[in-house]
Amino acid sequence: MNFSYTILIPLIPLFVFLFVGILHTKLTPKIAGSIGVLGLSTTTLLSLYTAYKYFFEVGKVGEVYQTFIGAKTTWINFTDTLHIDMGVLLDPISIMMLVVVSFISLMVHIYSLGYMKGEAGFNRYYAFLSLFTFSMYGLVIATNIFQMYIFWELVGVSSFLLIGYYYDKPSAVAAAKKAFIVTRFADLGFLIGILILSYYAGTFDFQTLNDPQGAIILNGIGGSFMGLSVLTWALILMFMGGAGKSAMFPLHIWLPDAMEGPTPVSALIHAATMVVAGVYLVARMFPLYYFIDGGFVLQIVAYVGAFTALFAAIIACTQNDIKRVLAFSTMSQIGYMMLALGVSGYDGHEGLGYMASMFHLFTHAMFKALLFLGAGSVIHAVHSNLMKDMGGLRKYMPITNITFLIAALSISGFPFTSGFFSKDEILAAAFEQNKLLYFVGLFVAGLTAFYMFRIYFSIFWGKDRDYKHAPHESPLTMTIPLILLAILSIAPGYIHFSDFISADRTSFVAHLDFPLAITAVVTGLIGILVAFVFYKKESNIPERATKAFGAIYTWAYHKFYIDELYLFVTKKIIFNVVSASFAWFDKKVIDDGMIGIGNATINSSDKIKKLQSGKFQDYATWFVVGAIALVLYFLYKN
Amino acid sequence: MNLEMFLKMQNELLLVGLLLAVLIGEIITSQKSKVKLINVTIIGFALVTLIGFIYQPTQGSIFGGMFRTNALIQLLKNGLNVGVLIILMQSAGWLKESLVPQKKSAEFFMLMFSSVIGLNFMISSGDFLMFYVALELSTLPVAALASYNAYKRQSAEAGIKLILSATLASGLALFGISFLYGATGALYFDDMANLLQMSNLTILGLVFFFAGLSFKVSLVPFHFWTADVYEGSPINVTSYLSVISKGAAVFIMMFILFNVFKAFTSIWQPMLYGVAIATMFVGNLFALRQQNLKRFLAFSSVAQAGFMLLGILNGGVLGATSVVYFVLVYMFSNLGAFGVVQAISHKTGKENMKDYEGLYRTNPLLSLIMMLGLFSLAGIPPVAGFFGKFFLFTAAAGKGYYILVFIAVVNATISLYYYLKVIRAMFLRVSDNPIPYFKNDIFMKLGLASAAAGILVLGLYSPLFEYVQSISNLIFN
Repeated sequence: MNFSYTILIPLIPLFVFLFVGILHTKLTPKIAGSIGVLGLSTTTLLSLYTAYKYFFEVGKVGEVYQTFIGAKTTWINFTDTLHIDMGVLLDPISIMMLVVVSFISLMVHIYSLGYMKGEAGFNRYYAFLSLFTFSMYGLVIATNIFQMYIFWELVGVSSFLLIGYYYDKPSAVAAAKKAFIVTRFADLGFLIGILILSYYAGTFDFQTLNDPQGAIILNGIGGSFMGLSVLTWALILMFMGGAGKSAMFPLHIWLPDAMEGPTPVSALIHAATMVVAGVYLVARMFPLYYFIDGGFVLQIVAYVGAFTALFAAIIACTQNDIKRVLAFSTMSQIGYMMLALGVSGYDGHEGLGYMASMFHLFTHAMFKALLFLGAGSVIHAVHSNLMKDMGGLRKYMPITNITFLIAALSISGFPFTSGFFSKDEILAAAFEQNKLLYFVGLFVAGLTAFYMFRIYFSIFWGKDRDYKHAPHESPLTMTIPLILLAILSIAPGYIHFSDFISADRTSFVAHLDFPLAITAVVTGLIGILVAFVFYKKESNIPERATKAFGAIYTWAYHKFYIDELYLFVTKKIIFNVVSASFAWFDKKVIDDGMIGIGNATINSSDKIKKLQSGKFQDYATWFVVGAIALVLYFLYKN
Repeated sequence: MNLEMFLKMQNELLLVGLLLAVLIGEIITSQKSKVKLINVTIIGFALVTLIGFIYQPTQGSIFGGMFRTNALIQLLKNGLNVGVLIILMQSAGWLKESLVPQKKSAEFFMLMFSSVIGLNFMISSGDFLMFYVALELSTLPVAALASYNAYKRQSAEAGIKLILSATLASGLALFGISFLYGATGALYFDDMANLLQMSNLTILGLVFFFAGLSFKVSLVPFHFWTADVYEGSPINVTSYLSVISKGAAVFIMMFILFNVFKAFTSIWQPMLYGVAIATMFVGNLFALRQQNLKRFLAFSSVAQAGFMLLGILNGGVLGATSVVYFVLVYMFSNLGAFGVVQAISHKTGKENMKDYEGLYRTNPLLSLIMMLGLFSLAGIPPVAGFFGKFFLFTAAAGKGYYILVFIAVVNATISLYYYLKVIRAMFLRVSDNPIPYFKNDIFMKLGLASAAAGILVLGLYSPLFEYVQSISNLIFN
C-alpha cells in the first residue's frame, strides 16, 4: 500500500493558510470561509480513508500493527545517522490523531462560519485556523523528534495568534503572551531533552529510538548524572515540554487565561488537539519511557497527572466563568490521560493504561469540543461568559441544551456514553497498578460530575435572567456541528479500541470490569445528585456549602494562588533583584561604551568629509600621491 | 584559424553584431518606431545573454594567446551580461520617455555595448596590450554616457571628471606596463610571469599598474572620482559603473596578481592589506553621512570593493571562489537597490533619503526589494550577501589575516548602520508628503524581479556556490 498521498494532509491546510493569508484583504469572508471548510473536508476524508485502509486492510501484518512512512525527505544532514527529516509517519496513534484533528478542526471550521460572522478579522481568523491545523498535522505525523519539535513550536505560535485574536483587548493580548511564554519556557526543557537524547543516541528518528529491541533501550547509553541516567534526564526534560503544552501542574497557568481567544478556538486548540500534544508525546515515545530505568519517568508522569486531575477538578468547582470551568476540566481530564499512561505496562493486556489513555484522548476530544462549542452557542446568545448571566436557557435553545447534556453525561461517565467506557478503562488500569492513584481518579470522577452539572443546571435550568433580548437558538452552521459531535460523544464508546491501539501494537481484549464500573458510575451519580440539589433551583445551599468549606473554597477560587506565586518569583525576585543588576551593567557599561564608539565613528566621518572637495585637481593629487607613497614604501622596504 | 576558433569569442562577436544591428536599426527606423527599437534591442540583448548560457565556448586561447577563455571567464561574462540586461530593463522607461525625444536612445545602447565589449575583452585578455586596449574601450564610452543628461550641469561634470580621472589612471597603468616591458621585454602574461624578477623597476611597474586598475575598482585613494561621477550620471550609468565595470575589473586584477605577479606576493599582499583597510573605512565613513541615495550607494560600493580585496588576499582557489561568488551576489544586490532608486527617480525625480520616508506605506513592493538589496549588501543572513561576505572572511582568515577580518567585521557593522537608516526611513518613518504610489512598466518590473530573484537564489540555492567552487581553479590558467 502506498501512503504517499498522505503528504497532502498537511499540505492542503498549509496552502489554504498561504492563500487566505496572502489574499485576506481581497477575499470576501464567504469565500475565505468556504475555502477553509472545503480544504478541511478534503483532509478529513483523506484521514478517514487512511484510517480505514490502515486499520482494516494493510496495517496489520501477522499480529502486529506496522509503521509506515508515507513520505520522507532529508532536510538537514549532520552525519549518516543524525539528520533532520521531514516526513509522514503512520501508525495506530498517529492515524487516530489525524482523525481527531481533522474532524474537530472541520467541526470548528463549520461552526465558526456562524460564530465569527461579521467579525472584522474573519479572513485572518480562518488563515490562522488553517495554520494551526497544518502545524498540528505536522506534529502528529512527525517521523522524528526534531520535526515534532518544529511543529510543536508552530502550534505554539498559532495558538498565540489565535488567543490574541482580539488584539485590541488588553486581556487577550496578555493571555496570548502568557500562554506563549509559559509554554516556551517548558519547551526549553523539551529542546534540551531532545539535544541530550539525540547527542547520545545519535539519531532523531522515532523508529530507531523506540525500537524495544534496539540498542538504545537494551543497552542504555550515556553515563549517569545526579543518580539518574542521562537518558532519564532527557526524558524528564522532554516531559517538561509535554507538561507545558498539556497544562500539567505547575505549568498550567496559561490555560485558563487562554480562554480569552474566540470560543471555537478554545474548543479546537485548548480542549481537543493542541493540549493533548503532551500526552501524545509520551505515547509516541512510550517504549523509551517504559523501558529506561524501569519506568522511573512514567511514575513522575502518573503522579503529575493524578495531582493535576485532582487539583484542577477542585478549582473547577469554584469558578463562575463557564469557559474557565471547562478549561480546568480540560486540565483535569488530560491529567487522567497522563495518569493512565503513567500506570501502563507494555505487553498485551498490561498495556491497558496506554490504550485507555488514547481512548480517553479520543472520546474527550469529542465531548470536550462539544462542551466548548455548546458554551460558545450559549455565549453567542447571552453575550456573557458568566454563569450569573445565564439561566433557564433550555426553553430558548433546545438543541444546545440536549447536546450539552449529552456531553456533560459523557464526561461524567454516565453509562452507555463514550466517556463511561474510556474512563472505566483508565480506572481499571489504575486499580491494577496503584490503589492510591485509583482512589484519586475515582474522587476526581465524582468532582467532575459535580462541576459539570453545576454549570449545566445553572445555564439551562433555574430562573431566567434579565435578557436584553430573548436568547434564541444558534444558526444551523453552529448546531449541525453540535449534533454531529453529540453523536460522537456516545458512539465511540462501542469501538473496541484495544483491537487497534496498544502499547506493543498487538490486539488484546479489554473487558468491562463490572465492580469498578459500578463504583465509578455511583460516584458520578452522587456528583450529579449533589449538583442537582445545589443548583437545580435557586437556593442558599451553595452559599452555605461555600461557607462551610471556608478557607479551602477561597483558596480554590483563587486557583490556589499559583499565578500570584509565579508573579512573585518573576517580578520581585527575577526582575527586581537579578535583572536589575544586569540592566545596570548593560546600560552603564555596554550601552555607553557602544554609544561612545558610535559617536567617535560619526565624528571621524565629519573630519574626513573635507577630503572630498569636488575639485578634480585635488583628486588627481591624491591619486598620484597615493601611487607614489605606495611605491616609496615598497622600494624602501625592499 | 577556423570558425570554431572564432567561436571562443562568441560573446564579443554577438555583442558586436548586436551593436551593428542597433546602428542599422537606428538608421532605417522612423522616429515613431524608436520605442519599438528599444524593446527589440533589449530582447536582442536578452537573447545574447541566453546564448552565452547555452553554448559554452571551449577552453583555450586564440591570437597566439592574446585572447583566452575558460568556464570561469565565461561564467563571469554571463554574469555581467545578466547584470547589463537588468540595467537595460530598468532603464527602458527612462530611455523611452527622456531619450527618444532627444533622439539619443540608440546611441545609448551603442555606447553601453561598446563598453561591455571592452569589459569582455578585458577579462579574456592574455597580454598587456590587449588588456590596455580593452580597458580603454570599456572606459571611454562610459564617459560619454555619464554626461548623457547633458542639460544637467552635474551630469556634464560627471562626464568630464570621469574622462580626466580615466586618462590619469590609464596613463599611470600604461606607465607601469612600460616599466614591466622594459624589465622583461615581454607583454604576454605567461611570458612575463616567467621573466619577472624582483627589482626596483618592476616594483615601480607593479604599483603603477595596480594604481591604474584600482581606479576602475575605486579603491582608496584612487576613488575620489566615484562620488561625483556616481551622483551626476544617469542612474543606470551609475549602476553600470558600480556593478558591471567594477566586477570585471576586480576579476582581472585578481587574475593578474595571482598569475603574472605570483612572485611578488610579498609586495602586493601588504599593499592590498593596507588599501583594503583604507577602502573599507573611507567608504563606510563617507557613506554614513550621505543624504543623496546615489552618492550613498556610491560610497557603499567603495566600501564593498574593500571587502572584495579580502578574498584576493587569500591568493588561492578559495580566494578566487569567494571573490567571484561575491561579485555575483554584489551585482544582484546593488542592482536591486539601484533599480528602486532608478524607478523612483524616474517617476518623481526624488533621490534623497528624506523623500523615502513612509515609502513602505505607499509602495510596499519597491520597499521590500530595496530592503532585500540593502540587507544583502549589509550581509544579513539568510540573504545572499551574508554568504558572500562570510566566504570572503573565511578566505582571509584561512591565510591568517585575523586582524584584517576583525577590521572588516567592524566595518560590516558600521555599514549595517547606514543601510538600516534607509530601511528605517522606508518602513518606520511616517511622512506628510510620501512618494505617491505609482506603477512601473513591464521592463522595470522584470528588472527588479530578476535582481530580487538573483539575491534569493544565490543565497538559498547552494549548488550555484558549489559550481563556482568547482571551476575556480581555472583562475590559474
